Amino acid sequence: MGLGISFIYFAIILFLAWIAGVLPFLKVFFTTVIPYVALVVFIVGVIARIIRWGRSPVPFRITTTCGQEKSLPWIRQNKLDNPSSWLGTLGRMLLEILFFRSLFRNTQAEFRGDRLVYSVDKWLWFFSLAFHWSFLIIFLRHFRFFTEPIPSFVTFLQNIDGFFQVGLPIIYITNILIVAGLLYLFLRRIFDSKVRIVSLPSDYFPLLLILGIAATGILMRYFFKTDLVAVKEFTVAILSFQSVSGDLINKLSPLFVIHFTFVCTLLIYFPMSKLMHLGGVFLSPTRNLANNNRMKRHINPWNYDVPVHTYEEYEDEFRDKMKAAGIPVEKEV
Amino acid sequence: MATKIKPEELLQTINLKPKFKNWMDVPVEFRKGTFNYAGSEEALIYLDQPNPRKWQTTDPDWKLPENWKEIILEGLRERLEKFRSLKIFMDICVRCGACADKCHFFLGSGDPKNMPVLRAELLRSVYRREFTTAGKIMGRMVGARDLTFDVLREWFYYFYQCTQCRRCSVFCPYGIDTAEITFLTRELMNLIGVNIDWIMTPVKNSYRTGNHLGIQPHGMKDSLEMATADIEEITGIHIDIPLNKKGAEVLFVTPSADFFGTPHYYTFLGYVMLFHEIGLDYTFSTYASEGGNFGSFVSHELMKRLNNKIYAEAKRLKVKWILGGECGHMWRVIHQYMDTMNGPADFLEVPRSPITGTVFENAKSTKMVHICEFTADLIYHGKIKLDPSRNDHWHATFHDSCNPSRGMGLIEEPRYIIKNVMRNFTEMPDNTIREQTFCCGSGAGLGTDENFEMRMRGGFPRANAAKYVKDKYGVNICLCICAIDKANLPHLFEFWAPGLEVGGVHEMVGNALVMSGEKPRETDLRFQPLINQEV
Repeated sequence: MGLGISFIYFAIILFLAWIAGVLPFLKVFFTTVIPYVALVVFIVGVIARIIRWGRSPVPFRITTTCGQEKSLPWIRQNKLDNPSSWLGTLGRMLLEILFFRSLFRNTQAEFRGDRLVYSVDKWLWFFSLAFHWSFLIIFLRHFRFFTEPIPSFVTFLQNIDGFFQVGLPIIYITNILIVAGLLYLFLRRIFDSKVRIVSLPSDYFPLLLILGIAATGILMRYFFKTDLVAVKEFTVAILSFQSVSGDLINKLSPLFVIHFTFVCTLLIYFPMSKLMHLGGVFLSPTRNLANNNRMKRHINPWNYDVPVHTYEEYEDEFRDKMKAAGIPVEKEV
Repeated sequence: MATKIKPEELLQTINLKPKFKNWMDVPVEFRKGTFNYAGSEEALIYLDQPNPRKWQTTDPDWKLPENWKEIILEGLRERLEKFRSLKIFMDICVRCGACADKCHFFLGSGDPKNMPVLRAELLRSVYRREFTTAGKIMGRMVGARDLTFDVLREWFYYFYQCTQCRRCSVFCPYGIDTAEITFLTRELMNLIGVNIDWIMTPVKNSYRTGNHLGIQPHGMKDSLEMATADIEEITGIHIDIPLNKKGAEVLFVTPSADFFGTPHYYTFLGYVMLFHEIGLDYTFSTYASEGGNFGSFVSHELMKRLNNKIYAEAKRLKVKWILGGECGHMWRVIHQYMDTMNGPADFLEVPRSPITGTVFENAKSTKMVHICEFTADLIYHGKIKLDPSRNDHWHATFHDSCNPSRGMGLIEEPRYIIKNVMRNFTEMPDNTIREQTFCCGSGAGLGTDENFEMRMRGGFPRANAAKYVKDKYGVNICLCICAIDKANLPHLFEFWAPGLEVGGVHEMVGNALVMSGEKPRETDLRFQPLINQEV
């Protein structure tokens, strides 16, 4: 469901961005108004969503335990998959967020004759991790376009990322990995019928969009050289809320405008979409709570009194039978 | 039995690569043998639950209140405000599909709506329609749809095809917990009187008589006396089993099936023999005669109402702490809910084993200890004498029950006990045990005759792994620490792996336990002759 629709949305945005790259008045609008709209929507949207989540309490401590609990001192606890302290929980969260611990467990079930077997399947984990980490590193690398002087961590990242240098310009590993990751995630949605059944337009669309961002970026870097000095002057001006001259805007290539528009679209789309899993993963109650349930009482802010069947009512109903059976009672009659 | 489908036929119907179809266009079909009967009017009236009436799930008219949609949507709004889990789980799923083939119901049916992600989408689609801007405007284009009677029927069918086992939650990169979604959706349906009888009647029984089976105090007394007689016959030792004894040190709470069920009863004999041998000052209770909590299959409020009796009885009997028997969902409730709902248990003391002096620091707030923790501690300190050769007629494997493994992390304790009380033990394949264990297929209230086919499907992955060790290593008993397992696994194995028996960990303890003053044992607790015994 929704592959076609996603393509149409994507094509519309691509078309608008392309027109904007060649029509001057639209170009001004897309480069000086839209980015601010995008930033505001992104920041306000993300904060609003997190506040909305945060407003609901966590009434019960429903940790999913994935290893041995802390019990008797001589039984070795699995402190990361079943943490009982804040430190262990932090470790569990770090493993989850930085290394996709749970996805690492992935298996694939299939029949071998009458036998159901579970083979190791790390591809989803590998490509997801490759995609997310590449995205992060590429984003950080882009700081060389936002800041002057260029922070040292950016140069450091560039050096590492371009370690396997093959000629000039340097081929960044992350550029390859992000495209590979996105393609895997995209093709998997189409060719794995289980995943295809559950996929919505909102699953294909962000993949297409980010693929668009990556593709235009790669084209600009390796094939259609863009005026990087102008780009940097432009982004620095935008981010420091300074006006941008018509001259400078003229220097921005159409390809850059498309790249830039995609990024703005992503920012606008982000808070209202599943991409908020970035924030949500921190708040997931099955992962971010220590399994210390029987050690430390968890408070439910809306805990309320409920009707109960008291012992007195129970004994009143069964007193005669209890007495006849020789079971002690509170009241004789 | 509702259907007489054969294992081979059933296997043929499973396709783990389902054909693509827009799931919203696939209508739900209530196929005989795959769903449960409606909750009885009587149970709902007794419990003061909404919309009691005579109805059946196969009826075209479910006799819903006129404004049932409003009730459900208002209920959903309220729950979104009360449970951060629900809000997060509605919003952040990326539909990566890692959970898809982790669900035992999907693996046993190939029905795409049994993939946890799609099960959640059944609710999420309505959530989007009512609570998100995009869903309000764009509808189906963003995976949103209106709540209709057909949607409700679909909810009923598929949310009563989830056993709240949480296996999917282990694999989800965001920890989305289908058990939570199922629990809350069942709670929503309960607001308009849509529920199943195999949950509501036990809840009623448990509320009234203290236990799901509806055993009245004198019936329980009979059962204890029967146990006394059996133990005397096997060991020559007469044991008095304390009941409602005030001032005992420990209150022992176990699922009520232990008093009557087969093979639960043998485990019950095991507990009682152990307590006698170590001289534990304990008591059973007729009022708190149920550790299990079927309320936890249908609503948070009913869960709390049933759970209340445990602390209340501990207080009345003036015990120091509580010990709990072998049960699955009971332990999820005790471990993750009881203290929060019905605590604080400040009238109790931090549990301390009177035999070993071990203080159970891990239970210092809730004050309730799992029998496996207790027994493992006894064995570790050498406080009981064991003759594992008395279990030589058994070759065991261990089925981790869903809730103790994924809602608690009780994994090594039962294994430690098993390895000390018997000599033949083989694990099932790695991806089917510990935190990755498969449900028996009948948890969360689904263990009915009318639902037989679906239970066999849901239990298939578990049975398949058990059959593997049975055929390859000669395993002849599957041990477990859950009353629902003990009730269901015998049927499941009879269907998929005939010849494989089911037992509890403390049954094996009872067999191996060398009691002071006992006569030479000739049989195990099932009155089966022992082998390799020097008599």
